[in-house]
Amino acid sequence: MDLLEITTKVDARGLSCPMPIVRTAQAIKPMASGTLLEVLATDPGSVKDFAAWCRSTGHILVDQTSDGAVYRFVIRRK
Amino acid sequence: MTMTAERPTLDPVAVAIADVEGLTAAEPQLEPAQHSEEPSKLHDILLINYSGELEKVWATMLLASTAGAMQVPCRVFVTFWGLQNFVKDEKRITGRNWMQKMLAVMSRPGISHRPLSKMNFMGMGPWMMGTLARQQKNPSPRELLVIAQEMGVEFIPCQMTMDMFGLTRDDLIEGMGEPVGAATVIGLMSEGSAPLFI
Repeated sequence: MDLLEITTKVDARGLSCPMPIVRTAQAIKPMASGTLLEVLATDPGSVKDFAAWCRSTGHILVDQTSDGAVYRFVIRRK
Repeated sequence: MTMTAERPTLDPVAVAIADVEGLTAAEPQLEPAQHSEEPSKLHDILLINYSGELEKVWATMLLASTAGAMQVPCRVFVTFWGLQNFVKDEKRITGRNWMQKMLAVMSRPGISHRPLSKMNFMGMGPWMMGTLARQQKNPSPRELLVIAQEMGVEFIPCQMTMDMFGLTRDDLIEGMGEPVGAATVIGLMSEGSAPLFI
């Protein structure tokens, strides 16, 4: 994953449901199609929530990693 | 059908399995549903906010804002005690006649003044809930309401409730839809909106 490709970052660490999704939805709106967004979250529920959000909106979850405490999602805008 | 040939006693389960296998092999494979690659086809969601209690308003606003974030079309029909959540916070007394005014005195309207259904203790419970939520960085119902409106969720007041409580459009928060009646709600449900009564 080329980090230079990521144009927007959302820091949702410490936020609980549904704010990581809400902040991401707000951030992705003005982005150009095909560009990448990185989200950092600490809410364990966000793993399933981001999968569901991507299914519903059509954005693509291209990478998902975790160091145990922080979850990192990279999403390509539809 | 080799199974049945080997066992003349005709085990019914084996026959059934063989039949099904035979059928599936013989039948042309149907096309899988078209939505396998595409994002799933979204239904509208219709939340019915009936309750004016803090925890239920919270749940309503949480689901509404999430639906907005997921680009799922969502309407919230606001009726009975639920309409108290959508009166402007700064309004203290609403209504035209003394009974309507008394109702507002007994239960202060506004989304920031909601009682809990359990453990209210004269407002002590909701205050503790709010403090805990802030510590967890949980948004309040009011914050979620603003987000939901920004995300395109439509809040529709019930005309009958407005009349009964003597509420005017001016008593309600900005951005509410046109007041409607039960027929609109039933119409939406019959057209396939997924309903949820809170």
